[in-house]
Amino acid sequence: MTATIRNRLLSTLLVLFGVSLIVFLLLQLVPGDPAVTILGSGATAEAVAALRTELGLDRALPIQFFDYLGGLVRGDLGRSLTVNAPVTDIMLPRFANTIILTVAALILCIVVAVPLGVIAAHKQYSIFDRVSMMVSLAGASMPVYWFGLLLIGAFAVTLGWLPTSGMYNPRFPGGFTDLLAHLVLPAIAAALVPLAVIARMTRSVMIDILQQDYIRTLRASGLSTNSVLWRHALRNALPPIVNIIGLQVGYLLGGVVFVEVVFGWPGLGQQLYTSITQRDIPVVQAGVLFIALAFVIINLLADGAVGLLDPRTRRKVGA
Amino acid sequence: MTHALEVKNLSVDFHTDSGVVHAVKNADICVREGGILGLVGESGSGKSVTSLAVLRLLAGRARITSGEILFRGENLLDKTEKQMRAIRGSHIGMVSQNALSALDPSFTIGAQLVEVIRLHQGVDKSTARAKALEALELVALPDPKRRMKSYPHELSGGQRQRVVIAIALSCRPELLLADEPTTALDATVQKQILDLLLDINKELGTSILLVTHDFGVVAHVCTDVTVMRRGDVLESGTADQVLNNPQHPYTQGLMRAVPRLHLDATTRAIPRADRRLFEFHGDTTKEAANVA
Amino acid sequence: MSTLVAGRTFPWVRRSSAGGPVQVDTDTPKPQWRLAVRAFSRDRMAVVSLVVLVIVTLAAVFAPLLTPYSPTAGDPVDRLAGIGTEGHLLGLDGQGRDIWTRLLYGGRNSLMTAVVPVFVVFPLALMIGLFAGYRRSRAGEVLMRILDVLFAFPLVLLAIALSAVLGAGLGNVMLAIGITLIPYMARVAYTAAVSEASKDYIEAARAYGANPLLLMFRELMPNVVVQLLVYSTTLCGLMIVVASGLSFLGVGVIPPTPDWGIMTADGKNVLLEGIYHVATIPGLLILVVSLAFNLVGDGIRDALDPRKQTN
Repeated sequence: MTATIRNRLLSTLLVLFGVSLIVFLLLQLVPGDPAVTILGSGATAEAVAALRTELGLDRALPIQFFDYLGGLVRGDLGRSLTVNAPVTDIMLPRFANTIILTVAALILCIVVAVPLGVIAAHKQYSIFDRVSMMVSLAGASMPVYWFGLLLIGAFAVTLGWLPTSGMYNPRFPGGFTDLLAHLVLPAIAAALVPLAVIARMTRSVMIDILQQDYIRTLRASGLSTNSVLWRHALRNALPPIVNIIGLQVGYLLGGVVFVEVVFGWPGLGQQLYTSITQRDIPVVQAGVLFIALAFVIINLLADGAVGLLDPRTRRKVGA
Repeated sequence: MTHALEVKNLSVDFHTDSGVVHAVKNADICVREGGILGLVGESGSGKSVTSLAVLRLLAGRARITSGEILFRGENLLDKTEKQMRAIRGSHIGMVSQNALSALDPSFTIGAQLVEVIRLHQGVDKSTARAKALEALELVALPDPKRRMKSYPHELSGGQRQRVVIAIALSCRPELLLADEPTTALDATVQKQILDLLLDINKELGTSILLVTHDFGVVAHVCTDVTVMRRGDVLESGTADQVLNNPQHPYTQGLMRAVPRLHLDATTRAIPRADRRLFEFHGDTTKEAANVA
Repeated sequence: MSTLVAGRTFPWVRRSSAGGPVQVDTDTPKPQWRLAVRAFSRDRMAVVSLVVLVIVTLAAVFAPLLTPYSPTAGDPVDRLAGIGTEGHLLGLDGQGRDIWTRLLYGGRNSLMTAVVPVFVVFPLALMIGLFAGYRRSRAGEVLMRILDVLFAFPLVLLAIALSAVLGAGLGNVMLAIGITLIPYMARVAYTAAVSEASKDYIEAARAYGANPLLLMFRELMPNVVVQLLVYSTTLCGLMIVVASGLSFLGVGVIPPTPDWGIMTADGKNVLLEGIYHVATIPGLLILVVSLAFNLVGDGIRDALDPRKQTN
């Protein structure tokens, strides 16, 4: 088993290497000279050349890449082109805010989607099943930003129940309840698509499992439907479900950009958006890197969880 | 003669997209108390459906349209689902044929046994574990104490079938429904499991309804035989009667169709391409034979 | 001399010595096209969705015939007029442009940015998947591992980053989306190729000494194409959302070019004032088209499932 763990960690490291390579290459695709962008088009040629040397832009590409990697390992992501601050200082607090939003959305997803899928599978072909799966399909096809706007329009503007944007009330920043009030709509918007996909997949997995032979053995032993469904069937469905949830976190992280922009949530996604419009490339790089990193780590954890959940892949007790 | 189980005039229909299928038609089946009844027939004869019907475990598309299932003097078809759950696993046990996939892969053997025992007997965990161990010893599972912590995938097919039998017997049921329990197993293991069933019948007095398509199994184990074909019960009697003196032409044909391990001179003389498998064209109604 | 095997002619299979055809056991019965079409037509949701897609496409193509207005020039006097205003069925946006008109012309851009990349990448992904998956060679597996790195990025994120880097504009958006799609489509083609290549009929043909290239193109490819096609249809549904999302963020098409995503972004600004129609209508259309693609994709997949086809 440790060999598998070792292999997995090794391949994860390789993936992370590849990720940073791609992010580095992204910079190279940008038309124009970063030094010119910083100094402005009116700068003299000498000033531009001097800045280029200072930034290390005149060295060979592979060397620049290894410099970049070195910086990453040290936690140095460069300096922002628009705000005179290290990128890391800008990104870390925003990263924390994005995590709050993502975790809230993920919890919402799991708590709603999994039971929904289980019940739909149990009552296959019933009205509940058809309606919930149809609604799920519509939810999975929905543009996140549009749904966010709908939520704002309905609950914040028309009904006035919830705030329209931001993370805290700017005039009277409250504590936990204030955060929660601001969290509700963005979390629902972010959660919708992954929720729908997880519900449909859970249903599909559960239907397969409910047709297995051991389900009949359990029922023949006198176990109640609830016990069979939630204690036994769901338990066996967990490995593929956790796998799917891990993949859907990717969609969550991608959609978080839209949600943060629409709701003005001060997170990584919103920063990414602003930096894109301002062509602040180091920040864009860092944003993409952070999100990719988070995704890779979460998938690693999900794979680990799947390995632990399925007794067949856990270490054998002994023949 | 008291009956452990008496099925009277049972009919089961399946509603499929292409029409109604009569899986069981007015069947009468009796399991003698302390006896082992072999319910024999080919695929599609309705024998498995009958055993599932007894426990009321048929899938949604199936409907029991007539008959009674008398167990301990009560009609099981009148019972509520809650009452049935109290019977399943405690008064009537079931063993099915897919030994390799009959156990929940995510729980240990011990956990699955303890769950059933605690469900029906309401004892605490340590008592339940002791009873679970007893059940494993009853089915002669080697190294039972260590196996309590094993997962199903760590056991062989024969061992898994023993565990399934242990679970079915853990609450000492009066009746055991065994649906082709040896079909999926190797030949040597088959004999072991059948001998185990014989032992259980002798030691515990458990009546057994054994569904099978194999007359060899019947000859080895059963005290009584009922023959089914396409939903109809054709012939019933003691094992002696049916095996040695089959009345119904279909039963006679089935007996002839059992492959003998030695080819006699007449059979070998026929070119292989022309040897036909047994085909039955006769009358399958009960009236065609003198059914006991 | 070619022999009929399992309903297809195989030039490399010889007749058996007894004179009858050699029976090769196929793992799954191959779906017949006519049955597939009939099975599809029985799925009401799929048929309705297909009709919707056709209508939307035709409306976008024939936009000038369906509206007298210009999609980019507007009359600010009547800005933000609501639904049902005289002469403007769906109202006007913040710059006084007719929304119905912008929907039609915007449909061209939205549909193009969603569908074109998928079908341009299709042959590329097919080739990658076939060559990598047919024989499980080291080269193939290495290639797929390289593509795996791209899977570490959430799809939307990669599209945004590429778009940002390449710059806005219709061509750039299609390029960015196309590049993002390569690993996804190649992976599906690869998995399909690997699973088909391990089936008995391929092994049998290989054992009879079939030409590998011929085998790959005549036997393997059709099955892989079909699976990739089903995936592509669902992918179009996703891409409509992603592409318009890029426009919403400002890294898609350049205003004043109309596009459903940009229209929604325009509506965002007036939403807080209580004016909803500008943002709601284009988003609704994105939802409908995406849903339609998904249902058609599901319908094709179900229709091709040999178990669901009855006479």
